[in-house]
Amino acid sequence: MSAAPLSATTLTVGYGTDPVVEGISLTLQPGESLALVGTNGSGKSTLLKTILGLIPPLAGSLEVLGGKPGTRPKRIAYLGQAHTARFVVPIRAIEVVRMGRFAALGLFGRTADRDRQLVHDAMAHMEVTHLADEPLRSLSGGQQQRVYLAQVMAREADLLVLDEPTGGLDVAGRERYRELVEMALARGASVVTATHDIGEASGCNQVMLLNRRIIAQGAPEDVLNTSMLLQTFGITLQGIQHDDHHDFVIGEMPHGHDHGHDHSH
Amino acid sequence: MYNWLIAPFSNNEFMRNALVAGILVSVLCAVAGTFVVLRGLAFIGDALAHGVLPGVAGALLLGAPGMLGAAVGSAVMIVGVSFVTNRSGLSSDTAIGLLFVGMLALGVIMVSRTDSFNGDIVRILFGEILGIRAANILVLAIAVVVISACVALLYRPFLLLCFDPEQADVSGFSSRRYHAIMLVMVAATVVVSFQAVGTLLVFGMLIAPASAGALLARRIWAMIAWAIGIGATSVYVGLLLSYHYDTSAGATVVFVTVCAFFVVLVAQVAGRSVARGLRGPVSASPVGAT
Repeated sequence: MSAAPLSATTLTVGYGTDPVVEGISLTLQPGESLALVGTNGSGKSTLLKTILGLIPPLAGSLEVLGGKPGTRPKRIAYLGQAHTARFVVPIRAIEVVRMGRFAALGLFGRTADRDRQLVHDAMAHMEVTHLADEPLRSLSGGQQQRVYLAQVMAREADLLVLDEPTGGLDVAGRERYRELVEMALARGASVVTATHDIGEASGCNQVMLLNRRIIAQGAPEDVLNTSMLLQTFGITLQGIQHDDHHDFVIGEMPHGHDHGHDHSH
Repeated sequence: MYNWLIAPFSNNEFMRNALVAGILVSVLCAVAGTFVVLRGLAFIGDALAHGVLPGVAGALLLGAPGMLGAAVGSAVMIVGVSFVTNRSGLSSDTAIGLLFVGMLALGVIMVSRTDSFNGDIVRILFGEILGIRAANILVLAIAVVVISACVALLYRPFLLLCFDPEQADVSGFSSRRYHAIMLVMVAATVVVSFQAVGTLLVFGMLIAPASAGALLARRIWAMIAWAIGIGATSVYVGLLLSYHYDTSAGATVVFVTVCAFFVVLVAQVAGRSVARGLRGPVSASPVGAT
C-alpha cells in the first residue's frame, strides 16, 4: 500500500446542500487509528458515511484507499449503528458473519476454505461461536454487537470504519474489541472510529473532536483536555491517567477544594 | 372422504388446471413475497397489483394480450414512483399512494367507457383460476424457473439489501440497482399471476404465506419453503371449499391463505403463553425469604 488509506483536504461533509462539518483535512497512514469524538449530531456519522461513499462530499477532496470513496468495497469494512430491518430478517448469527465475506466473493464467487476459516476465527475471537446457529433476533444487544464486530473482522479489510463499536458491549466484549483493533493495526490496516467514549479515543493515534465543526485535532494527549472537551460536550470532563489508558469522569475532581482552574492529567 | 378431497380434481379438468396453476402461483409468490416482506415492500407490492388495471384494460381495448398490458402498467408504476420520489423530495410512500390511486382511477375510467368490459373487469380484479389454460400454466412454470434462478443468483445482494442497505452499498452491491431488480421481480410475479387470482388478490398471495413463513423460519430459505407449503396448501383447501360451497375460487383461495397466517400467529402466541406457564411465575422474593 503506497498511498495513505485515508486522505482529506478541506473536505466539507453534509446532506444535500447543507454542510454539517467544513474544512476537514487529515491523513491516516497504514496501521494508524483515528477517533472521531463528539455529541449526537456533531457530524461523526456524516463524515464516516462520506468516507464510505454513502453520501457525496460537498466540497474539498477525499481519497480512500487510493481511490474515490465507495470504489474499494473489497478493502473496506463498516460497522453501522442503525439496523432497522434486522429483526424482521430470519437469519442466524453465523450467516451475519458470513456476510463479511460477500464483498470479497462478489456475486458468484464460491466460498473457499479460507473464507470459512476467517468466519470461524472471527467468531471465536469475539466469543460467539456457541451462538452460531442462534437466530440473530434472539440475541441480546451486546451479543449482536459482538456478531457484527465478528463480521467486520471476517472481512479482513485494509480500512475499518466503525460507528459506535462498543455500544452495548460488556467489559469482556470491550476487551475482545480492543484486541480486534490491535490485531487489525498490527497487520497494517487503519481504523476510523466514531465514539462517545473518550477513554476509547485516548488509545487511538489521532483524535478529532467534533461539534458541527472541528474543535480540535491531533494526538490524544494534545486534544483530550478539559477545555477542548468542554467545547465539544458542553460539560466538564476530567481525565484520570492509568498505566495504558485514560478514564474520564464528569465534573471537577474530588479534591475537597475549588482552585478555579483546570485539572488536566 | 375420497369424494370430498380428491374427486373434485380427478373428475374435473378445470379444477386440475386450477390446482396446478395455483400451486405455481404459490411458489412464485412465496419466492417474490419473501423479499416483499423482508424488504418492507408491501405497499409498493399492493400498488403494483392494483396499478396494472389500466394496462390490462388498455390491452383488452386494443385486442392485445392482457399480460402485455399488465407489464406496461407495472412498468409505468415503477418508473412513476421513482420519478416522483427522486424529483419531488416526497417520501416513497406518498409517491406510491399517488401512482396507486391514479392508476386505479384511470383503469376504472377506461373500463367505464365500455359496457362490454363489465365481465372483464371482474375477471381482471378477481382472476379466473377455473379458466386457466395450458398456455397460462406454461407461462407460470417458466416464471417460476426464472424468478427462482434470479433469487438464487442474486441471493447475496438481496440478503444484504434486506439486512442493511448501507452494508450492501459498502460491500459493492448497489442498493439502488438491486432494489430496482427486486421491484421488477415483484412486478413480473404480479403480471404472470393476475390471470389466476386477479390483480386484487395476488397481493394476498404475495404477503400472507411469506408473513406466516417469517413467523416460523430461522433462515430465509426455510421462510421461502414455509411460504410455498402454506400457499400451496391454501390453494388446495381454497379450491375444495370453493367447489363444495360454490364460492368464488380465487377469493376463497386468498381468504384461506390469510386465515393460515392468523392460525400460525395465534398458535405461536398461544405456544409462548403455554411455555411461560410451564416455566412458572417468576418469584419476586429471594429463595428462603419469609
